[in-house]
Amino acid sequence: MISILASMALQEPHTAEGLGAVGWIGLTILFPFLGFLLNGTLAFLRPNAKGAVSALGVGTVAASFGVAVLAFAQLLGGPPHQAIIVPLWEWIPAGKMQIVLSLQVDQLSLVMLLIVTGVGSLIHVFSIGYMRADPAYARYFAYLNLFVAFMLVLVLGANLPTLFIGWVGVGLCSYLLIGFWYGDKVNADAGKKAFIVNRIGDFGALIAMFLTWQALGTLSFTEIGARAPEVLQVGGATVTAITLLLFLGCAGKSAQIPLYTWLPDAMAGPTPVSALIHAATMVTAGVYLVVRTNVLFAMAPTSQLVVAGVGAATALFAATIGLRQYDIKKVLAYSTVSQLGYMFLAVGSGAYVAGIFHLATHAFFKALLFLGAGSVIHAMHHAYHATHSTEDAQDMRNMGGLGRHMPWTFGLMAIATLAIAGVPGLSGFFSKDEILALAFGRGEAAPVWFVFWGMGALAALLTAFYMARLMAMTFFGENRTGAPGQAHLHEAPWIMTGPLVVLGVLSLIGGLLNLPSFAPGPQHLLETWLEPVMAPAERFLKLELPHGATEMLLVGLAVTIALVGLAWGARSTLRRAILPAREAAEDRGIWKLLNRKWYVDELYQEFIVDPIVRLSRGILWKVVDQSIIDRAGVNGSAWIARQLGRIGSRLQTGEVGAYVIFFVIGAIWILYAVGR
Amino acid sequence: MTEIVFYILAVAAVVSGIACIVQRNPVSAALWLVAAMFALAGIYVLLNAQFIGAIQVLVYAGAIMVLFLFVIMLLNLGREANDIRRWPALLAGVAIAAGIVAPLLALRLYSPTRLATEVSGSPVFGDPGTVLSQGAAAQRLAENQGVVGAIAGPLFQTYLVPFEVTSILLLVAAIGAVVLAKRRL
Amino acid sequence: MLLGPSLALSAILFTIGVVGVVIRRNAIVLFMCIELMLNAVNLTFVALSQYHGLSGQIMVFFVMTVAAAEAAVGLAIILAVFRHRQSVDLEDINLLRG
Repeated sequence: MISILASMALQEPHTAEGLGAVGWIGLTILFPFLGFLLNGTLAFLRPNAKGAVSALGVGTVAASFGVAVLAFAQLLGGPPHQAIIVPLWEWIPAGKMQIVLSLQVDQLSLVMLLIVTGVGSLIHVFSIGYMRADPAYARYFAYLNLFVAFMLVLVLGANLPTLFIGWVGVGLCSYLLIGFWYGDKVNADAGKKAFIVNRIGDFGALIAMFLTWQALGTLSFTEIGARAPEVLQVGGATVTAITLLLFLGCAGKSAQIPLYTWLPDAMAGPTPVSALIHAATMVTAGVYLVVRTNVLFAMAPTSQLVVAGVGAATALFAATIGLRQYDIKKVLAYSTVSQLGYMFLAVGSGAYVAGIFHLATHAFFKALLFLGAGSVIHAMHHAYHATHSTEDAQDMRNMGGLGRHMPWTFGLMAIATLAIAGVPGLSGFFSKDEILALAFGRGEAAPVWFVFWGMGALAALLTAFYMARLMAMTFFGENRTGAPGQAHLHEAPWIMTGPLVVLGVLSLIGGLLNLPSFAPGPQHLLETWLEPVMAPAERFLKLELPHGATEMLLVGLAVTIALVGLAWGARSTLRRAILPAREAAEDRGIWKLLNRKWYVDELYQEFIVDPIVRLSRGILWKVVDQSIIDRAGVNGSAWIARQLGRIGSRLQTGEVGAYVIFFVIGAIWILYAVGR
Repeated sequence: MTEIVFYILAVAAVVSGIACIVQRNPVSAALWLVAAMFALAGIYVLLNAQFIGAIQVLVYAGAIMVLFLFVIMLLNLGREANDIRRWPALLAGVAIAAGIVAPLLALRLYSPTRLATEVSGSPVFGDPGTVLSQGAAAQRLAENQGVVGAIAGPLFQTYLVPFEVTSILLLVAAIGAVVLAKRRL
Repeated sequence: MLLGPSLALSAILFTIGVVGVVIRRNAIVLFMCIELMLNAVNLTFVALSQYHGLSGQIMVFFVMTVAAAEAAVGLAIILAVFRHRQSVDLEDINLLRG
């Protein structure tokens, strides 16, 4: 295995000469994978060697980031017009279908590469502090490294099968990491739920791959981009089917309606895992897939409506649930689902660059929010541990006034909150504003896009509201942890706060990636950079940003929504005294509905899961497996064999006289046969 | 003339055979078999195989059947109540008889010329004219050297090895019979 | 001469012998029927030796010799079985069951 990976890194790429760092792009995958192997071995042999594990865990991902920066620098000098393919080895040579595992280096994959390795490195550093006391330290880093390796296979894949390997691989790592503390059944169940719901989506992606092969005869992205416009009909059944099935896969991986239910449950895993996998990287794989196959989506207007519609609906729906959650991580989880909805609204309306832009900015501020929440939970655990309390350390009703105890965390999370709400100047404002503006722009042609815009705007209001509520409940007001515990609340160690600072800076200045026309400074950097990748789609879909008065109106509206939402959320939360969790009253009416997530999980359980379980148990198991296969098939054939044997053994009478007769008959038969 | 004698002897042989197989008493069956062998010996003489005819009487009827009679009497086998097997065997017997006799009876149509034509097809002979020449040559030989001499020639020349092997076979059979029938080894 | 009739007679005697082998219960009588079959075959050999030369008669010679050997050994076996089972009835010799 190691030799394969080494040869993978050392392979000479075929399609370009003298590639330098780009040719060695396979190293970015090799390093974390080696980290996984070595940390895994340490997990078995020397689980207490925390120093070595930390060095390996962080070092490998940091090395990948280094290679990524080098490749980026090289490509900056002379961006190629075509993607550079680095083939690794031939996987399935099956007649006409030759599936080669290869990596693709182009502008888009570099952007994703930098995000994954960069944010990943920061989260690895944070984990050193967060997981310090955990006995399964080495196993954690092994899984985390494996995840990074698979995620890089996903974003660097040059064809659908390679991407799919990474796709399924990150699903596996998600399961392993969600159920990391599998001693508690709740965590193991959450991991199972994530994996199974993901698989439903994977099924759609697989069928889409089959259809793509059948229609286009190729699974490589560059060739799909070249062939699809010639072979497929715009708006035809084939391209719509392919894109809708691909979107089913994205809905599973990126937690859109109806396959989003696994993400809130995934909060059972360690908080850095939630930050890395369920905020910054894995869940964005769906968005990445749509952008990668932008040609196909641009050719299918129906799919665009579906994707954007589902995205907008998810954004609004998840935001409503986030309004009334008390667990700090659950609020952030629903916020992630909601923001992912924004990204799909973007790519659905054809604003691929805006989608990637929001993906990047969201990675910054959401990772910051999750890591900050991690610091808070770390402090709360510490407090409850010292006082031997059994209260929930993640319930916001038990927090309060932490701004005094944890100033750095408070300040950085405040930056992230402003970013996500869309306060002007910070990164989130630019990305979210661009998405809504482009969606609005399509409304000229079809009014339904105005509806989507409206849903997005409403969701923005709710986002600001619940984020302000989160900040208010956690950091402002009176502390509700209880007097003995209070003394133990303190700021997190620098190993944890350091990465927060870096992410804070990125959340502040991340807007520079793609400033719009009305902002001062270098504009449309990301758009220019990604243009060659988006060019194939632009033949079919050209988006117009609203200009002049409309644009200013929209911007003003966005700013108003952000500020109003923040103020309203803060005021309505702090107006009344909040009771600690054990004393708090039960929610009623609409609040209960929101708190119980609109009972979606219960509905699924009742109408989908239970019938399937009943079908499996009652029919598939009792009838097909036990009766037909076991009794009739296996035991039945044994019974037949025994009966035949019983009949056959009648020939063995033991009487010589009978044998004489058989002998005579046989002899005569032979004579006949020979004599003929 | 020879034909009439042949048919009388043939009928005698068949009747003796049938009588042999239906007799209850084993001694009677043995004696009927002896009669059949005598009839056959006569037919051998008619077919110009005088030596064989004599040997038939001497060896078969004289030695082998006597051995059978010795053993029957040694075992003191008397008249058994049911000496024919049950009906499944009878059915099988009838079926087998029908199965073999029909094709074999087609053999009665053989004549020397037909035999010659068929045999000449085989790679050994080739020329129809030469096919039956061996029989004629044998006749002349018998007239020259006498019946016994005619047989002795090939027996000790061409067929010497089988002759010697047969003598060893007889030795083995004799030893085997003695060993098998011993009361205590 | 007499080729056809001889062959036919041989066929009939052979069939009679086979039937006897199948329907008789006494082992010694079974043997005698086998001897009858051998005699029928000898007749065939002798009938054809008129045309094929003396090898037919020499064949009969050998058949008779082997028949004698076979009869001796077979009867010895029957004797041995009789000592065990006190019977030469074929239906009593049924220990060959596997």
